[in-house]
Amino acid sequence: MKFTWFHLMPWPHMPDDFRQKHRSVWVDLPSKMYEPELGHIAYHQYLDQLEYAERVGFDGIGVNEHHANAYGLMPSPNIMAATLTRRTSKAALVVLGNSIALYNPPVRVAEEMAMLDVLSGGRLVAGFPVGTSMDTNYAYGTVPALTREKYAEAHDLIRKAWAADEPFAFNGRYTKLRYVNCWPKPVQNPPPIFIPGGGSVETYDFCIDNTYSYSYLSYSGYLRAKLLMEGYWKRIEERKVDPSPYRAGFAQVICVADTDAEAERLYGPHVNYFYNRCLHVYPGFADAPGYRTVKTIQTGALSQFTQAAARDYPNMTWKDLVDGRYIVAGSPETVRQQMEELIKTLRVGNVFCLLHVGNMPDDKVRHSTRLFAEKVMPHLRNLWPEYDNHDDRFWIHPMHEPVPTRIAAE
Amino acid sequence: MKSKFLTLKRPAGTRVEVVEAGKGRDLVFLHGAGGHLQDDPFLAALATKYRVVAPLLPGYGRSTGEDGLRDMLDVALHALDVLERLKLRSPIVVGHSMGGMIAAEMAAIAHTEIAKLCLVAPAGLWRDDQPVVDIFSKLPFELPGLLFHDAEKGQRLMTAGRGNMEDPEFLKQFLVMNARRLGMAGKLLFPIPDRGLSERLHRITAKTLIVWGAEDALIPATYGAAFRSAISKSRLVKVPKAGHAVGQEKPEAVLKAIRDFF
Repeated sequence: MKFTWFHLMPWPHMPDDFRQKHRSVWVDLPSKMYEPELGHIAYHQYLDQLEYAERVGFDGIGVNEHHANAYGLMPSPNIMAATLTRRTSKAALVVLGNSIALYNPPVRVAEEMAMLDVLSGGRLVAGFPVGTSMDTNYAYGTVPALTREKYAEAHDLIRKAWAADEPFAFNGRYTKLRYVNCWPKPVQNPPPIFIPGGGSVETYDFCIDNTYSYSYLSYSGYLRAKLLMEGYWKRIEERKVDPSPYRAGFAQVICVADTDAEAERLYGPHVNYFYNRCLHVYPGFADAPGYRTVKTIQTGALSQFTQAAARDYPNMTWKDLVDGRYIVAGSPETVRQQMEELIKTLRVGNVFCLLHVGNMPDDKVRHSTRLFAEKVMPHLRNLWPEYDNHDDRFWIHPMHEPVPTRIAAE
Repeated sequence: MKSKFLTLKRPAGTRVEVVEAGKGRDLVFLHGAGGHLQDDPFLAALATKYRVVAPLLPGYGRSTGEDGLRDMLDVALHALDVLERLKLRSPIVVGHSMGGMIAAEMAAIAHTEIAKLCLVAPAGLWRDDQPVVDIFSKLPFELPGLLFHDAEKGQRLMTAGRGNMEDPEFLKQFLVMNARRLGMAGKLLFPIPDRGLSERLHRITAKTLIVWGAEDALIPATYGAAFRSAISKSRLVKVPKAGHAVGQEKPEAVLKAIRDFF
């Protein structure tokens, strides 16, 4: 099993009446809500937490990209990952990822990810999301019905840019470059690639065709994810490829305390903040017409944010969230049992652990993280013994002797 | 009203549904981003005096081939191809909203071929001080109030014969239809409905009638003056107590304006 400690980096200072005063946490909430000096504190606390996660034994630390929102404050995940290359030495840097349809030219992604891989000595996991409709269409203006074609072209360009040893010309529909010449080149060529998906068959096939790991990022927990992941494994079977669990990953909100009751007391308010403020997306921004293919709509799959908009989070109690397994929360033993069930029922080799939740203060984040690392993770390590708990195709290959980084005062 | 179908060589797989009704001089109607209404009152009114020929853009109704139409030039040339295939005699080309934007582009590109043009609350221009409303982020229940001056009447017209939104199967079909239609419309209108038309309006030589609902809440009626001043042989008629769907809300008034002008 590979455990990645994943940070969403939400804005932790949304007021109590946020839901009443604002229709959306994304796209059109006023930026006067953002206070840069508090942002300075939050960024450094968040980066410290990612570094702490490496120290206590997580395999990876993760960041992602979002725009014009208070849900996640990383318009550029690459800047965050760059700081982590200097202050960590072992963990995979899971950049999940760059919304490749948004970069002009997309070669920028090939270059920056190569920089990160070189800086980190081959520890980059490269994520290529399409991006949410809020980010890609409403905040960045990509025409919804052309988003996927643009994405596919950007993907081909990036892979070619990494692979080529000589300059080449690229005559795409959206990008035309007479000289593609990627300097620097990544240490791992290519780095392992993770694709966040939401249930479309096209994305299953894209992952299978390219040997990429499929990551389902949902906040509604593993019980509701089961149907979607069964669709993925069914497709794997149909396509006659090996069913390595490392072909798949799942994101889960996790809260660990000494007892179940203590978990509710410690984390209840922050979980509430996450589900009711961070996920408060105006339904009109969740899924621009044309963003999803007709085929995907016909399968009945809804985006996580459309689901969030449709669910009655304001009236859900801690008990509802725990019993419905939206969150995995409780004592180390409770969390261990539920995580084992999650990993086995979804058949995932990667778990993206969301241990910072909403507006959780630093001491609670570290408490929950440490308990998970010490009392839960060791018991979950050996769940896929037939794969020797590792699949070389879906994890990093660091350099054997990276240069140790030194601080200026030394 | 009856439908016939045209098959075009390009883009591959393009099949165009054409609704026809009425007798008289030829009139081509290009619909807006919402497509035709059930028993569309504007088409019905036009058909009392004209032979109405109304092709549906790929992505709408039973027209297919939308994946091959990506930008304004693709769509304008597609529409000119359809017009050529229809073999009409000096038709009045009427376009509403997005259809007006397409009709204006056609008349700018092929100004020797289009001599009579009617733009009904056309999209295509942008003013920072009077922004066009973002229809793509609107929820279905908000649309009648945005498109009609009389929102209740609009609600009745928009939901007529369309089934029950509570039924999951119907809802799925609605979402698919909406994704196809507005997905296509987004290629011309998202995120800002400006594809450079203002640079080309001067090429239009057609005799042009511009019609606007005085209470248009989607594209403010002030845009009418901008079209009026950019097109040389044009007249602007504002229809009182009408919104963006002025043709559906006040069909008789718009028909009269067309009859008076041409």
